[in-house]
Amino acid sequence: MAMKSVKGFFKKVFANVFKNKKDIRLGFYGPPNAGKTSLANRICKDFTGEEIGSVSKVPHETRNVQFKEKVEISYKGKSMTFKMIDTPGITTRVDYEEFLKYKVKKKEAKSRAKEATQGIIESIKWLDDMDLVVIVLDSTENPYNQVNITIIGNLVARKIPVLIVANKSDLRKAKLKKIEEAFPEYDVIGISAKYGKNLDDFYDAVFKLSKKIK
Amino acid sequence: MAKKVVKKKNRTKKINGFRIQFMPYSEIKNEGSTERIRKILDIAFTNSILILQGRLKPDEETRLIEDTMAMIGHVKNFKGIELAVISPHENQSPMEKLKYKIATRLSGADLGAITIIGPATVVREIKQDPKKIELLLTK
Repeated sequence: MAMKSVKGFFKKVFANVFKNKKDIRLGFYGPPNAGKTSLANRICKDFTGEEIGSVSKVPHETRNVQFKEKVEISYKGKSMTFKMIDTPGITTRVDYEEFLKYKVKKKEAKSRAKEATQGIIESIKWLDDMDLVVIVLDSTENPYNQVNITIIGNLVARKIPVLIVANKSDLRKAKLKKIEEAFPEYDVIGISAKYGKNLDDFYDAVFKLSKKIK
Repeated sequence: MAKKVVKKKNRTKKINGFRIQFMPYSEIKNEGSTERIRKILDIAFTNSILILQGRLKPDEETRLIEDTMAMIGHVKNFKGIELAVISPHENQSPMEKLKYKIATRLSGADLGAITIIGPATVVREIKQDPKKIELLLTK
């Protein structure tokens, strides 16, 4: 009995030692054009000098899950290493005709739509592999969107810590309060990924939340 | 001189091409996730708006999104769905939430909720806030 509990204790200690050495898989989820890649780019550029992917006004610019390994974020004397995972925006509809409004040619629009649907499936598959997730929302849009609620519900069911980021807070139409009201059980951080506004609060929240990783 | 026959214009516009279908939860209660989602999508493929009693489990909701994406491009004119869930427990006190959770556990489903699923070709947008849901249809 005593031998068993000693064994269990060492197992736990070693498991924790190795767990701490592993990079934290930090996922960026949210609807299309909310600024997931812009935020991931901002962090990667600040700490590695390189970006993770391209950004565009055309929705579904990110159509594959993109990674950046070994991103060491140093903040207020603390340091943590993350594997950044930028995912395609999740939605329930993809219509190639939407891309035509952005002067994308029909053939390209159709292929973009096909890639976008595959990207959404890939995003959902990756939910299981996250340690911590940042939900990036456009603070000028209505947050009461079923896809947002569904994704958060899935993360809660998987016991994955969630941080909600209200991006584009620099815009006049931004309504941070509406996002806070929509998700009262979560920390909501208003930022501008484009201008790097309020990122200190963001890092602070990520570091705090990373303690809740199971 | 022949008298011109002037037809009175019908002021109400007729909306063609969609139906509303109500489905009690008992219809899918004993089905597995795959069959549940197939039933829901089959209704969306027929250009019908589905009002489902109750709601799917979180993993079934994501599965519904995955299967919807897989069908775009494979089913003619299918561009996806619009989805919304109204659940009474959103604005409840902790005690009420607990009671609701017990009732949900006993009945095996969140029967107080309503799920609305419409094909994207018919439903342009579902505007949702805690108090109401608005369905905006395509012209």
